[in-house]
Amino acid sequence: MSNLTPAQRVTIARHEGRPGVADYIEHLFTDFFEQKGDRQCREDPSILGGIALFHGKPVTVIGTRKGKNLQENLKCNFGMPGPEGYRKALRIMKQAEKFGRPILTFIDTPGAYPGLEAEARGQGEAIARNLFEMSQLSVPIVAVITGEGNSGGALALGVADTVLMLENAVYSILSPEGFASILWKDSSRSGEACELMKLTAEDLLEQKVIDAIIPEPEGGAHMDVEAQMAAVDQALTAALNSLQKISDISIAGQRYKKFRAMGGNGYYDGN
Amino acid sequence: MIPVFNKRRKHMLAMKAMREGQIPAASPVEVTCPKCQTATARQQLSRNQYVCPNCGHHFPIGAYFRLSLILDSGSFRELDENLTSADPMEFPGYSEKLDQCRQKTGLSEAVVTATGRIEGRKVAVAVLDSRFLMGSMSAAVGEKVTRLIEHATRNRLPVVIFSASGGARMQEGILSLMQMAKTSAALARHSQKGGLFISVLTDPTTGGVTASFASLGDITLAEPGALIGFAGPRVIEQTIGQKLPEGFQRAEYLEEHGFVDQIVPRKQMRAVLAQLLTLHYRGGAAQ
Ligand SMILES: [Zn+2]
Repeated sequence: MSNLTPAQRVTIARHEGRPGVADYIEHLFTDFFEQKGDRQCREDPSILGGIALFHGKPVTVIGTRKGKNLQENLKCNFGMPGPEGYRKALRIMKQAEKFGRPILTFIDTPGAYPGLEAEARGQGEAIARNLFEMSQLSVPIVAVITGEGNSGGALALGVADTVLMLENAVYSILSPEGFASILWKDSSRSGEACELMKLTAEDLLEQKVIDAIIPEPEGGAHMDVEAQMAAVDQALTAALNSLQKISDISIAGQRYKKFRAMGGNGYYDGN
Repeated sequence: MIPVFNKRRKHMLAMKAMREGQIPAASPVEVTCPKCQTATARQQLSRNQYVCPNCGHHFPIGAYFRLSLILDSGSFRELDENLTSADPMEFPGYSEKLDQCRQKTGLSEAVVTATGRIEGRKVAVAVLDSRFLMGSMSAAVGEKVTRLIEHATRNRLPVVIFSASGGARMQEGILSLMQMAKTSAALARHSQKGGLFISVLTDPTTGGVTASFASLGDITLAEPGALIGFAGPRVIEQTIGQKLPEGFQRAEYLEEHGFVDQIVPRKQMRAVLAQLLTLHYRGGAAQ
């Protein structure tokens, strides 16, 4: 594994040529059928989701989408979903449960959108509801953090049985810029924040927040997309194979135990 | 239960509540309302449950003071009182900050969890305290809240959580984020077993607490004027580049937009909670 600094990894994780959910769907799945809309008021293109075949088997696939050029970026709100996006994701996850399909999620987002309408329509409630419902779903869930996974906006697709992370991806409470701005009132100190935040795949594996690291080609996923796709394919296949051995009844129980243990080293019980 | 223990517990909550209601000693004897600028003697304000007698503004209050307003006298029994943050990321300056906060507030963490009774009905209750690092979600806060919910699920008790939080505990990084999943998952299990959860939103409830347990109530109440949202108003203003409308993200705004069942003034909160417990009472097992 290469010796990049956390700040360098953040730069790679945000590289404009980095493969996103649309690329993964194109390369790793067949017969993708996109499902749009939250059935309440809106279609949110910053989350892409639907049904597809993964090695011939039906799965539900969902990911945050940033878009490939400025026009797409604007349409996808730079990958920052509103509550409608999270509600769409939940709608199709519940369908996956109904039809017994495993769920695969791809996470790459600067965070949930902090906008006026997003608040008016319950951004917090939408994220909370996904955490609540995902924890109980009776089908296997695998999440892959492919780029940047920031804040509750990333976690809302991340309550999974297996959480995988690309070597140069980052996963954190919020962006390093936001972190520096809250803690030191100075967003330009984001490089310093990167060092303190423990947001790299290695850090998170150590904290048991993720289960495995997917290696990247030298210089990052965008340097050799084909090789990256093969590595993700292999990791997803292995994760699904081991999860399919667990019964539908016990899978939510195991997922509960996994998240129940998170932060176990974060407190001291003086009672 | 041996009566002497009851007496001691009652005494302890009353003392802690009084401390919160009247101290900090260094603060002035008069308090100026941030809304109407009227000065009120602290004694009088405390007797009035920290509601401005002139305009009805609800001041933030400490966790023990809140509990003393809600629970039947003598019923308070604190859980996990000494569970505290272990500074898991070894974040520079954090453990000193925690020490200062503990000394200043007399709390070991940003949430107090307990069992008690409201008009005779037993409940599991958590109160977040915004004086302790803005009521932010540490691994310790997540653990205490989760243990409380699990205790309630096992013992078939309703859960009542008073939220007041600035959101994530930055110094605990990703572990803070994971508490959102942990607490939400515990509530999902509680719900599946038929357990009741009443979420009470107080000023301010934002960030990761809004995006987890605070938004998952079977019943959602809010105190008048409370700021409630996911993103903070300043972040939103910076993002959209315009001023936010008057009253945006206030309890009344959330009620209007369909996210709150009812806004309940502080002085009516105990009676409304008692009513809700009665309405959900199934008889038989002691609830
Ligand atoms: Zn006033």
